[in-house]
Amino acid sequence: MTADAPLPDEAVPENSGSRRKGRANLLPQTRFGGPIPWVIAILIALVVIAAAGGLALRNLAENARADLSGAVTVQIVEADAQTRSANANAAAQVLGNHPLVTSVRIVPEAELAELLEPWLGANAASGDVPIPALIDVELSRRANADEIANLQQSLDEVVEGARVDAQSEWLRPVYDALAALQYLALALIALIAFATAAAVWLAARTAFSNHSDTVEIIHLLGGTDAQVTRIFQRSVLRDAAFGAVVGLLLGLAAVWLLGAQFAALDSGMVAGGGLGWTDWLVIAAIPVGGVLLALITGRITIGFALRSML
Amino acid sequence: MSDRPAEIVKFDNVGLRYGTDPEVLSDLSFTLYPGSFYFLTGASGAGKTSLLKLLYLAQRPSRGAIRMFGKDMITLPRTRLPDFRRRLGVVFQNFRLVQHLSAFDNVALPLRLAGTDEARVVKAVSDMLDWVGLSHRARAIPATMSGGEQQRVAIARAVIARPQMLIADEPTGNVDPDMALKLLRLFEALNNRVGTTVIVATHDVHLLKKVPDSLIMRLNKGQLSDPTGALRYPPRPTVKGTGGGSV
Repeated sequence: MTADAPLPDEAVPENSGSRRKGRANLLPQTRFGGPIPWVIAILIALVVIAAAGGLALRNLAENARADLSGAVTVQIVEADAQTRSANANAAAQVLGNHPLVTSVRIVPEAELAELLEPWLGANAASGDVPIPALIDVELSRRANADEIANLQQSLDEVVEGARVDAQSEWLRPVYDALAALQYLALALIALIAFATAAAVWLAARTAFSNHSDTVEIIHLLGGTDAQVTRIFQRSVLRDAAFGAVVGLLLGLAAVWLLGAQFAALDSGMVAGGGLGWTDWLVIAAIPVGGVLLALITGRITIGFALRSML
Repeated sequence: MSDRPAEIVKFDNVGLRYGTDPEVLSDLSFTLYPGSFYFLTGASGAGKTSLLKLLYLAQRPSRGAIRMFGKDMITLPRTRLPDFRRRLGVVFQNFRLVQHLSAFDNVALPLRLAGTDEARVVKAVSDMLDWVGLSHRARAIPATMSGGEQQRVAIARAVIARPQMLIADEPTGNVDPDMALKLLRLFEALNNRVGTTVIVATHDVHLLKKVPDSLIMRLNKGQLSDPTGALRYPPRPTVKGTGGGSV
């Protein structure tokens, strides 16, 4: 100790060289040793899967609705083939004059027989079993229940035994189920976001508690709440960013695997559930949202903890 | 110096209790002046550390008034405390070094927290470690340093920002007599050359004779038992700066 020597000058030359870059970490760095980055990774992966599932269901429902909601099928139920054919032609004429209808097509008997062959066998077209005539009708827009009833009434005035089936009505239970699944996905995302915030809150409280002595020293040396908060936020940011990237990769891998499985079904309806580029943008925003959520939660947690100190 | 307050610390009827326990400090009224050297003595448990906690703004009193640097510390919002803490240098009884930081980074803390340019930090800390004879231990963490080395790091950290008031709690408690004397000389140097007000808490009465111009406060069971200054050595000290202390 050289206390007899003059105290070093306080003023330091502007151009004094720095032999050390950067600043010390006031909190010990754990190199992702703690559980929190991994917990965040798992939660982000679950959100990515839930979001991708929800978006795929939405796309599937929208595509199906777009295909079906602007169309109706008219059945002519008549045992006598000649009368049935005449009724079908009369119904097609009525439908063709209706302002809501854009196109009318009487489904040929051969096509009907082919459709029914899996159930009725090769004799479906023999005429032994009376098959209703079918008319595919394209509408200019999605018709509501009143308009469908009006269409039915127009047919009833001219053709006996004509029945209008709105295709979107058949699929209403399916749409409802899909909508329920979408709400479930949203609820899952909300729950996982809550769990993420809770995990960060717990981690921040624990970190603050573990380092309360360091925090007190920083305070006593003139450190401000903002400086202490920044120290903890850097730690939260690092852990959350790591967890978010790992979670995104895990989630994308799971989505890709599920996508490949569903694609193998080779179903037209499932094909409508593919993800578009806006969907991928939404999925890419999930880790960013996760990191922001973690930062805000960490900031609030540390802010409350600091208020209990002098 | 004209902008300095005439008194650096003023306690008026201050009491301190922890929770619902009896008061550990009672009816403390005294004034400290800039540029003076004070010893705070008393047996273990007399309340020295509690009084120092009030002085280095780690604790608010249960009652009474405290003014420091011309401001009322009782009504001061906690968000403004850092401004005043940066005017203080504290050598804690158990050093309170940040264990995962090197000696260099521990000493640099007050400057970095004050937002000092990193190049200036490096130069100032290097010079300070040189001054306390620890240049070769700059990269060492506290766990690998001896008690004396840690104490010097703590002292270097306390004085690096040239505080207006230096508060040391039993700074010679863990070192041999030679080192204790060297530490006192260091505090004297700060007091003489920089004009820092120094307050050293000690239960070692032999130390009091080592700093001739010092003033002495004696705590006994939480009260200043010797306000007449009978234990001062020498009895009528000459205080530098704006005048003597009244205790």
